[in-house]
Amino acid sequence: MLNASLSELAALLDARKLSSVELTRFFLDRIEQLNPTFNAFVTVREETSLAQARAADQRRARGEALLLTGIPVAQKDIFCAKGWPTTCGSRMLSNFVSPYDAEIVRRFDAAGVVNLGKTNMDEFAMGSSNETSFFGPVRNPWSPAAVPGGSSGGSAAAVAARLAPAATGTDTGGSIRQPAALCGISGIKPTYGVVSRYGMIAFASSLDQAGPMAKSAADLALLLNVMAGFDARDSTSLERPPENYARDLVKPVAGLRIGLPKQYFAEGVSADVIRGIEEAIAAFRRLGCETVEVDLPNTQLSIPVYYVLAPAEASSNLARYDGVRYGHRAAQYTDLMDMYQKSRAEGFGAEVKRRILIGTYVLSHGYYDAYYLQAQKLRRLIAHDFAEAFKRCDVIMGPTSPTTAFDLGAKSGDPVQMYLSDIFTIAVNLAGLPGISIPAGFGDRGRPVGLQIIGNYFAEARMLNVAHQYQQATDWHLRVPAGLEVEPA
Amino acid sequence: MSLCLEDVKRIAHLARLAVSEDEATEVLGQLNGIFGLIEEMQAVSTAGIDPMSHAQNVVLRLREDVVSEGDQHELFQSVAPQVEAGLYLVPKVIE
Repeated sequence: MLNASLSELAALLDARKLSSVELTRFFLDRIEQLNPTFNAFVTVREETSLAQARAADQRRARGEALLLTGIPVAQKDIFCAKGWPTTCGSRMLSNFVSPYDAEIVRRFDAAGVVNLGKTNMDEFAMGSSNETSFFGPVRNPWSPAAVPGGSSGGSAAAVAARLAPAATGTDTGGSIRQPAALCGISGIKPTYGVVSRYGMIAFASSLDQAGPMAKSAADLALLLNVMAGFDARDSTSLERPPENYARDLVKPVAGLRIGLPKQYFAEGVSADVIRGIEEAIAAFRRLGCETVEVDLPNTQLSIPVYYVLAPAEASSNLARYDGVRYGHRAAQYTDLMDMYQKSRAEGFGAEVKRRILIGTYVLSHGYYDAYYLQAQKLRRLIAHDFAEAFKRCDVIMGPTSPTTAFDLGAKSGDPVQMYLSDIFTIAVNLAGLPGISIPAGFGDRGRPVGLQIIGNYFAEARMLNVAHQYQQATDWHLRVPAGLEVEPA
Repeated sequence: MSLCLEDVKRIAHLARLAVSEDEATEVLGQLNGIFGLIEEMQAVSTAGIDPMSHAQNVVLRLREDVVSEGDQHELFQSVAPQVEAGLYLVPKVIE
């Protein structure tokens, strides 16, 4: 059951060889046994999950099951789920129980998918290591000394340790792809606007996008089929006809033109990552793909641009946490201003405060043109680079992250070093393009290497096809960390 | 460009974040490191380039001006720190 694909689990459910209650119980037991080691889940509500599983079994008995009915999926704790604590990894929301469902939670519910629990994350999705969570760091299932990446580190670790068949994530600057890479799983950030952000706690609204995290590209396609779609309640949701993201999975990839940006294979990328990516590219060549060098000359600038735009938007979005309507309120204060300042100072952690301060500064009087406007102009250059590159290739490939998982504490004291680790993922968010990370072997110390596949706008089905064909030719995505592959008797 | 301690305190006030003297000093060093990174942007000429505020070139949708939400104030106020008679309570602001 640990390595079964979502299709295989669905077939077992459909053949009545397995019930949703049994399947959900299996993963709840595994969470109970292993979560103390990894800290991947922050909330588990067994009775609620099992009640959903029972309802799914009844639905199937009535002949009304959809493809994923009865399959448990873990939710990143950034998605509001009615009646569930929804903390966003922050003390600020540590007492918040959501009174409503996020659109993707509603969609999973309507599909009969069981909510397996809420996963740990960097506070307000700000971090690349899951070390900024109020609920403590998550540990990487491949090496407990290593970080799982972030901000969707709990979701990535949960799937890697096989505590959940699949999970959700959000990606503002790489928060699905980088933890997927560091934990050796698959994850996709769709084109901006494809998945509704309604009920997804906002970080940087012009960049935030939700997506699935799972063992394989085929599973991602089935999950995206449930998650994607127009939602009038998200003003950035795109009105497009529904797509079947699994439609092209089995197509051959011979003739595919793969763009390799020279900036993604430059100095600063560790040798073991380069080796893993080159072996993956070689596998694609064996499948009949062609490679062409492309130029993304403004890659380096994407870091400063991102670290102006994202904090600026975050400082605006996080202004809502004032200790009045929900969230943490300080116990002692003298007046309204004091209440605001103390509630926010106590409720937010150090990284969130840093970003609020950066954002407030770059938006403050006299600095707007030099920072925010300049960053928005450079953002156009970065998007233009991709548009030029896609004239010469179908997809772009390179490393998801310049290194494999680093050790806990290795970068947590130095924000600049932490930010630099996002170099290959953030430009994709700035451009609003879709990106996938899939496992491509192991680097030094047995830590996973992630291959990033970047596609043009709305090319998700094609990218999933490319990823799936690689996973048909390799078995990296089926590897399970030592000691975790044991099925209970 | 380099920030000073007074800048940090001023920004923290604008952001409604209480900071102690020690915190402000620690944050100052970190912010200057981050702005060192951000300053790389200034080396690039962007004359004639339109700012890009959004990934997709879309126009905000308009909707009919009709009531679309029911009254859920009790449910929403159930998560508020302090409520009385359907009102959010805050310290007195007008004498």
